[in-house]
Amino acid sequence: MPHDGHDEDEGSTLSETVLRVKALESLLVEKNYVDPDTLDQLIDIYEHKVGPRNGARVVARAWCDDAFRQRLLEDATTCIKEFGFEGRQGEHMLVKENTDTIHNMVVCTLCSCYPWPVLGLPPVWYKAAPYRARAVAEPRAVLAEFGVTLDDDTEVRVWDSTAELRYLILPMRPKNTEHLSEQQLADLVTRDSMIGTGLALEATS
Amino acid sequence: MNGGQDLGGKHGLGPINPEQNEPVFHAEWEKRVFACTLAMGATGEWNIDAGRFARENRHPADYINASYYQVWLYGLEVLMRERGLLVEGELETGKVQKTRPVKNLLRADKVDEALKAGGACDRKISDSAQFAVGDKIRARNLNPKTHTRLPGYVRGKTGVIAAINGAFVFPDSNAQFLGENPQYCYSVRFEATELWGNDNNSGSCVYVDMWESYLEPA
Repeated sequence: MPHDGHDEDEGSTLSETVLRVKALESLLVEKNYVDPDTLDQLIDIYEHKVGPRNGARVVARAWCDDAFRQRLLEDATTCIKEFGFEGRQGEHMLVKENTDTIHNMVVCTLCSCYPWPVLGLPPVWYKAAPYRARAVAEPRAVLAEFGVTLDDDTEVRVWDSTAELRYLILPMRPKNTEHLSEQQLADLVTRDSMIGTGLALEATS
Repeated sequence: MNGGQDLGGKHGLGPINPEQNEPVFHAEWEKRVFACTLAMGATGEWNIDAGRFARENRHPADYINASYYQVWLYGLEVLMRERGLLVEGELETGKVQKTRPVKNLLRADKVDEALKAGGACDRKISDSAQFAVGDKIRARNLNPKTHTRLPGYVRGKTGVIAAINGAFVFPDSNAQFLGENPQYCYSVRFEATELWGNDNNSGSCVYVDMWESYLEPA
């Protein structure tokens, strides 16, 4: 799939799409199928309120609190709910932990399943055909395109989200971060590190 | 269906091209499609599996060439037309020709509550699971023209049950409004060499979430 709506050669199709969406939305409101304030609120929530900083808080807690980490790996949905992150597209959460010997990464080959309450809406590349096609078949080559190179003896586990289970990756805690607070650690947790296509950032000294 | 959405293992699609500092939406119309789709989903006129089928059930070239929110727009139009919520000519003229009340209208003051509630798909069933962790299974070679969550790249392949995730609504029947038919959903581990052969595939594996009726003992 092309990038969403900013390729120049899509010009005419794009303006058709814009007009079609305007017409559709007007009809939905006029027919009283949707409340216009509901539309604005949905956009505001997913554009401004829900995003990967949520997941970063969960990861940082797991790095600081081993008992929480254990519980998170056993019952992710409940543990994540303790932060108030729950509901749509996060009803059934699983957390997979990256270690020195196992690297986990997540894809949805059939559509775009993604854990919204902890990561927000997925980036274009996650939903687009190249990642969905290649993540399961050549994960190391895909990781290399994200700048991630793993040891040859690290096992790569790719999780294809074919059902209603949603996956959050617990990245490895970067070295030399013992002095950092939970909040400072959360700043090292990137979105991609929680999808498994990246690593957590190194601490700046 | 063996459609354009079933992408695992396909070639020729190019590099991943992640965008740096990507915005949540790239255009105003994307926001509107996103919100209209969620709000219409809340009417209860269809379910999530029927929604997925509406998006994928089209010419594979059109599916792959459309942008993500164009796919959503297409799916929403299909679902509405099927139920008479949108009739021929309305989008073109912008004039309402026919309408009826929807089952549920999501009011703005109920949005937070609705998102928090979500839509759990796990169900209690009395049957016991047919497979146990460690069992060797083969993915059945099923090719329904209707909705399925059994990806093509695992069909006929052998894997091992890694976990039993509980019983979940079965999308294949739910998408056709033939009932939830909940059944056990397993996490199944497939070695990359089993899926893709022996070239450059050492040291990786794929875990796929699979409903019981997708599996047979191996």
